[in-house]
Amino acid sequence: MMLDKFMLTYFNWEVMAQYLPKIVEGFFLTIQLALSVVVTGILSGLTLSLIRSFRIRVINFFIIFSVDILRALPPLVIIIMFYFALPTIGIRMSGFTATWLALSLVLTAFAEEIFWAGILAVPKGQWEAARSTGLTSLQTMRSVVLPQAVRITIPPLTNRTIAITKGTALGAVVAVGEILYQAQAGLAFSYNPSPLTLGAIAYLILFVPVVCFGRWVETRFAWKR
Amino acid sequence: MDLPQRPILDVTGLHKSFGHLKVLKGIDLKVKPRELVFIIGPSGSGKSTFLRCCNRLEEPTSGSVKIEGIDILAPDVDINTIRRRIGMVFQSFNLYPHLNALGNVTLALRKVLKKSKQEAEDIGLQALTRVGLAEKARTYPNELSGGQQQRVAIARALALEPVVMLFDEPTSALDPELIGSVLKVMREMRESGMTMVVVSHEMRFAGNAADRVLFMDEGLILEEGPPEKIFNDPDHPRIKEFLARMESH
Repeated sequence: MMLDKFMLTYFNWEVMAQYLPKIVEGFFLTIQLALSVVVTGILSGLTLSLIRSFRIRVINFFIIFSVDILRALPPLVIIIMFYFALPTIGIRMSGFTATWLALSLVLTAFAEEIFWAGILAVPKGQWEAARSTGLTSLQTMRSVVLPQAVRITIPPLTNRTIAITKGTALGAVVAVGEILYQAQAGLAFSYNPSPLTLGAIAYLILFVPVVCFGRWVETRFAWKR
Repeated sequence: MDLPQRPILDVTGLHKSFGHLKVLKGIDLKVKPRELVFIIGPSGSGKSTFLRCCNRLEEPTSGSVKIEGIDILAPDVDINTIRRRIGMVFQSFNLYPHLNALGNVTLALRKVLKKSKQEAEDIGLQALTRVGLAEKARTYPNELSGGQQQRVAIARALALEPVVMLFDEPTSALDPELIGSVLKVMREMRESGMTMVVVSHEMRFAGNAADRVLFMDEGLILEEGPPEKIFNDPDHPRIKEFLARMESH
């Protein structure tokens, strides 16, 4: 009896079948959003950490200041500011753009810190050995320091990237039709939480492989010292 | 007729300060081609700093350093071109852990001398052969013993055909039974005519391989001379003291 009720509430096949197309639609939008965030965030984080390695005081102050602010703010606050606050000064963007930009900025900030820590973790002797053979500082960075820094960076960066890309669900608040938005809409229309179950399954299908990929990358790039 | 030989390395009035700390207080040294100069002295006497000033890993505060007559401190000098003429070997080897032995040796050949992959690998293998490690070309540093790592580091410097090699305590990080293999390579380099400046505590090696021994103390060269003189009959009691302390180890 109880089980029947449970199944009818959370695994109502009829409702699920009805909202499956919407959830699938949201699934692909989530992938799109997540990929854009990962690419933008990691590339700009790496770029910032490289700029930081030139150790120009004014620029580094600016980088550290912005990165700290972005790491301190909850991503949802940034999304809502972009979507609801910026239009009052004439800057308008879609919910998708607001979510993409906010999450990319947050990932940029964390990725910059992680890459920077990785660069610092490469022993000074590596720089000296490379420079003593005539490599320029850029060549040293590219061929000696970065390959080592990136390996050190992979475990924390993978974790952080997964955490932030899951933040795509925050887009639901600004009407981005991703998985959670579609699931909630389904719930509201059908008075049945089964679309949420479907949404949760969609997230698992999306992120369990990502988590496994993260594990694989970690073992693949780990090497003994 | 003997032409007066131009020194390979010519250092005059070299000073180096870190903030208020004066580490080098006026070093003069001329190293002739094929000469092996050995530098000893207590830790903190400025030996390593001196070597590192000779390829500008440290910027000297004042003085001049010339390699084959070229002032490497001149503002318009291309330090990267000069550095590949000055081989350096470090106490901690500093091999690149993400590259195998051959990769370590060929990196600068590829990036600095712009050699093709094939050409770089040929030169790299020759260099590894010189240090007796041709069969370890594809081995990564973490799978090599300390002595082997240091020999790869020597090959990495040799591959660039330097005019002078600087050794900064090359055997200090090695287990005693591995030191011999590195010293053997250094002795062979000497026999093949390489100009070398060696900072080390291997007194026995200095005794039978060095042309000159310099004793450094508190940023100055206190005394220099042939090894027999410095080791057996130094003018300064400070050196006798130091040698006695080294013996007791």
